[in-house]
Amino acid sequence: MYDIASIYEAKSVDDAIRALKEDPGALIIAGGTDVLIKVREGKLSGCRLVSIHGLIEELSGVVLTPGGDIEIGPLTTFRQVAEDPVIRARIPVLGQAVDQAGGPQLRAVGTIGGNVCNGITSADSASTLMALDARLRVKGPRGEREVPISQWYKGVGRVDLAPYELLVKLVIPRENYEGYTGHYIKYAMRNAMDIATLGVSCLVKLDEQRRIVDDVCLAFGVAGPVPMRSYGAEAAVRGLPVEQAVSAIGKAALEDVNPRDSWRASKALRLQLVEELSARALAEAARKGGAAV
Amino acid sequence: MIQVLKCTVNGKPVELGIDPRESLADTLRERLGLTSVKKGCEVGECGACTVLVDGVAIDSCIYLSVWAQDKHILTVEGLQDENGELSPIQRTFVEEAAVQCGFCTPGIIMSAVEIVGSGRHYTRDELRRLISGHLCRCTGYQNILNAVERAVEEVHRTVGK
Repeated sequence: MYDIASIYEAKSVDDAIRALKEDPGALIIAGGTDVLIKVREGKLSGCRLVSIHGLIEELSGVVLTPGGDIEIGPLTTFRQVAEDPVIRARIPVLGQAVDQAGGPQLRAVGTIGGNVCNGITSADSASTLMALDARLRVKGPRGEREVPISQWYKGVGRVDLAPYELLVKLVIPRENYEGYTGHYIKYAMRNAMDIATLGVSCLVKLDEQRRIVDDVCLAFGVAGPVPMRSYGAEAAVRGLPVEQAVSAIGKAALEDVNPRDSWRASKALRLQLVEELSARALAEAARKGGAAV
Repeated sequence: MIQVLKCTVNGKPVELGIDPRESLADTLRERLGLTSVKKGCEVGECGACTVLVDGVAIDSCIYLSVWAQDKHILTVEGLQDENGELSPIQRTFVEEAAVQCGFCTPGIIMSAVEIVGSGRHYTRDELRRLISGHLCRCTGYQNILNAVERAVEEVHRTVGK
């Protein structure tokens, strides 16, 4: 039995917003793989919940729009994202990233929206969504607004969701993925059921000869209090031949990150991981794009 | 507060009063007596409470019972045939000595039911990944993998005919 004061099962997105307005202290629960564990740990004891678990029709699924943007419903589970044909064909790196969260049973229930809304720096989807510069559509009593993910994270466990607002869509604009190949590396102590010590996601766009890095997007989880892009490293290697870019990107990324010591790993280890894994992620992303590295 | 839950458990329609604060593991164990559903970590890490909801393996300890409304739930108790004989998957676990203390076994068998039911072939590494949401503290993983691998192959052979 969970120590929950109440749970309301929303009938629709608008109903959920109404319920949140009536009870501003209530929390949203979607897949529950995060919220219920916090309840079990006592961190959310006695909480009041508004469940959106059943709003599959409104909030789940992946859609390729006529314009080529990819829209992901926040209730889409990690497993559904990883298995989705649109994701596999167009942004396989995102499927690869979410396929590393927890274990199979958790991925069948945990949602990509929850992964983004809990504001956790180690979230497996976060660095890739940062690299893709996803746009997050939220809905509140006054309608919808869109937030670029670069402005989403406000601090540890805090995101740009006003009271009564709900994430209703994750949008990956066509120009942010088309022509790019990507690679995500999760460094953790175990291969499954572990939280990232560091997560790195790298997207790269090569020139026609597959020799020059035309563009690169590099993002990290656990390299700071919130998921972050490494714009300095991106600028430092843009326009370089792939091999030079691979050897330069790690050092350049060190200028951008701010990891901390924690019981999971020391700052020194995380810095080493930032340097080494940035290079590996870029090399692998470029390889997928046809570069000989 | 009591809420009515209607769902199908092991092929039988069920209608019962539940407390909305219950996890599905609570309901299956305490109200329906399905004690194959083990409570291990209760935070979705060990996989001992794994059941199938609409054919998909989930951790029932971090799944609220109210979400099971109108769903089909399968536990190990639902695997035997009408004569009470073990299912082929259960038999391979016995034959491969994949059971030590037995606490993790029902959960892993339920994951195996989904894996075998997919009708696909898997490499040993893929199988290792597919059962990575289970902990066996007797550490009998090799035999467990042998059993799952054999179950997949045996079902393919029988279905193939």
